[in-house]
Amino acid sequence: MVTKESILSWLDEVCDPEIPVLSLADLGVLRGVEYLNDEWQITITPTYSGCPAMKTMEDDILLKLKEHGVEAKVHLVLSPAWTTDWLSESGRKKLKDFGIAPPENEVDKSVLFAAQTVVPCPRCNSRETKMVSQFGSTACKAHYQCLICSEPFDYFKCLK
Amino acid sequence: MKNEDLYNYVLRLGDDSLILGQRLGEWCGHGPILEEDIAMTNISLDLIGQAMSLLDYAGVLDGQGKDHDALAFLRFENEYRNALLLEQPNGDFANTMMRQFLFDAFRKPLYEKLLESTDMQIAAIAEKSLKETRYHLKHTSEWVIRLGDGTDESHQRAQTALDLLWRYTDELFFQTEEDTTLISLGMVPSMSEIKAEWSKTVLSVLEEATLVIPTNNWQFEGGRRGMHSEHLGFLLADLQYMQRAYPNMKW
Repeated sequence: MVTKESILSWLDEVCDPEIPVLSLADLGVLRGVEYLNDEWQITITPTYSGCPAMKTMEDDILLKLKEHGVEAKVHLVLSPAWTTDWLSESGRKKLKDFGIAPPENEVDKSVLFAAQTVVPCPRCNSRETKMVSQFGSTACKAHYQCLICSEPFDYFKCLK
Repeated sequence: MKNEDLYNYVLRLGDDSLILGQRLGEWCGHGPILEEDIAMTNISLDLIGQAMSLLDYAGVLDGQGKDHDALAFLRFENEYRNALLLEQPNGDFANTMMRQFLFDAFRKPLYEKLLESTDMQIAAIAEKSLKETRYHLKHTSEWVIRLGDGTDESHQRAQTALDLLWRYTDELFFQTEEDTTLISLGMVPSMSEIKAEWSKTVLSVLEEATLVIPTNNWQFEGGRRGMHSEHLGFLLADLQYMQRAYPNMKW
């Protein structure tokens, strides 16, 4: 019998297409799984409004469940709005191992020209890094560089 | 309250986001430096995403089964309700940053107020969009200051941009008779509140940027009523080409 637990364990294999080490649950994008009106209803929320990966995630969820013979509906909700607080502990570790600095628990200050958040280098752990740009390779990341090992790296920016 | 009133309001929000998102996207591959190329297209993407949510909701209110694609690709210029500011050509980098700054300073307080809307869907879209808009405003404020208080040339370019764009700013605060009903129902804020917040941000950033507000305060309007500059037609020709050339095509 298909249970919520089995659905969740199958969905554990569905990953963010841009960050293939993170499952949708790790990312906090997967918001709910329930059986309603004779059908499984999966609820997801976007990280950013224009994130082009959302459609792919939706398709991947449906495809994964189909492999197990389950038909489902995917709903997109906007509120409560996604925050990096929903990133799981294991997700944070997987990000770092993948070379992306996980979000520091501090939103980039809205004060103009404020001192930037200290983001340790995911490669050498040095705290001497600099922000190259607030906007990185995807909407959810900023672009940093380590001043010690020189490695350029992505920072998964804090959003609250 | 008629659904039509709320439809018109949401359409204005959606069209502002869509048209500015399309304009910014034109910088893709042409940014002055790689980081700014990426920043502008990131912001563009946020705006297009917000436009999708807003236009989808406008479609629901309209009740004729139109989604964001139908509203974006199958309307003519005079059916668009975006403010004239947002369809103005990109010009140089200073001009693009100034246009974006004047808009972000308007959008942030607007979303902050819409967060309290009695309309759940508007409040949800505002909640999502506000987080992104804060990043945008910070980015553009810093650029306006950096350019204005920079070299002689960057100062002059930023001042020229301000002189050119200032005449389109009043229109952002356009409000109709019907809006007053929405305001009394707590669905949307009064534009006078938003203008007060906007002025505060704009005046403080411009002062720090050593830029001067033009003394000639002649203001243009028309976009909110569907009367656009000729620029919008060219922009839509680009935006709508595929759907017009190959109706109903999907990819």
